[in-house]
Amino acid sequence: MNGALITDEVNLKIASEADIVLARQQGRALAAKLGFNATEQALIATAISEVTRNIVQYAGQGTLKIEVESHEGVQAVVVIAQDNGPGIPDIARAMEDGYSTGGGLGLGLPGAKRLMNDFLICSETGKGTTVTMKKWKRS
Amino acid sequence: MVPPILKQGTCLMILPQSALTDADWRKLQEEALERVGKHRARGVIVDVSALDVLDSFACRVLRSLAIAINMRGAKTVIVGIQPEVAFSMAQLGLTLRLGGIATALDLEEGLDLLRRGLSDARQGRFERFAAPGRVAIKEKRPDCERCADY
Repeated sequence: MNGALITDEVNLKIASEADIVLARQQGRALAAKLGFNATEQALIATAISEVTRNIVQYAGQGTLKIEVESHEGVQAVVVIAQDNGPGIPDIARAMEDGYSTGGGLGLGLPGAKRLMNDFLICSETGKGTTVTMKKWKRS
Repeated sequence: MVPPILKQGTCLMILPQSALTDADWRKLQEEALERVGKHRARGVIVDVSALDVLDSFACRVLRSLAIAINMRGAKTVIVGIQPEVAFSMAQLGLTLRLGGIATALDLEEGLDLLRRGLSDARQGRFERFAAPGRVAIKEKRPDCERCADY
């Protein structure tokens, strides 16, 4: 994030299924405001839906921040999903398609990674998980 | 909000008007299955054209809904997946998992698909209908311009 200008835009507490819908709607609205096209808005909203659902399902609660980053005149939506839940014991497996410990399709994390441009995951067992992902606006 | 379920002939139509929470999806699944029995429906259409996101949870619900409805003796068609939603689903990796479910462009095409599927079923030709695990109809219809693409 060197040389980046960061402004806090959205800061949400994620604690229920209704927050998943709210989070993706706010993410889409911000992306629209920045001039992302309809397809990119849908990609961002879907990725937010996946990572916030992980918070609700595995950690119970957490936070979602959506920021704007600028690098050499190109803007990006930065989504940071953070929780203090149980953490992910095996990140490599969690990033595999079809692997789920929660009865889902196992597409949440690997799918979100495909939907966005940059994807970073930090997790420590017993401490929590932070997913940071970015979508750059095609200029 | 749990979407309304409307009855149209032997079909049920589920028309979500706004974003559904996970709880709404679960409730919808229950209600749809119950209504299939209550109305003796032969087909169920889920029109998702008003939904701007179909994530992995929504797709999982749609898929199990279609399979369960099939077990109740009716067929399901998902219609109205918006272009950007379709693209997001493909990127997410949902294509293969939704592949067995019949889809159509819109309500009209969906009803047409069910009507043809149902009349064929009465004649004992079930195989034309897209069952879970099978790819949808590829037969050319003489009256349809788009069918030339096949």
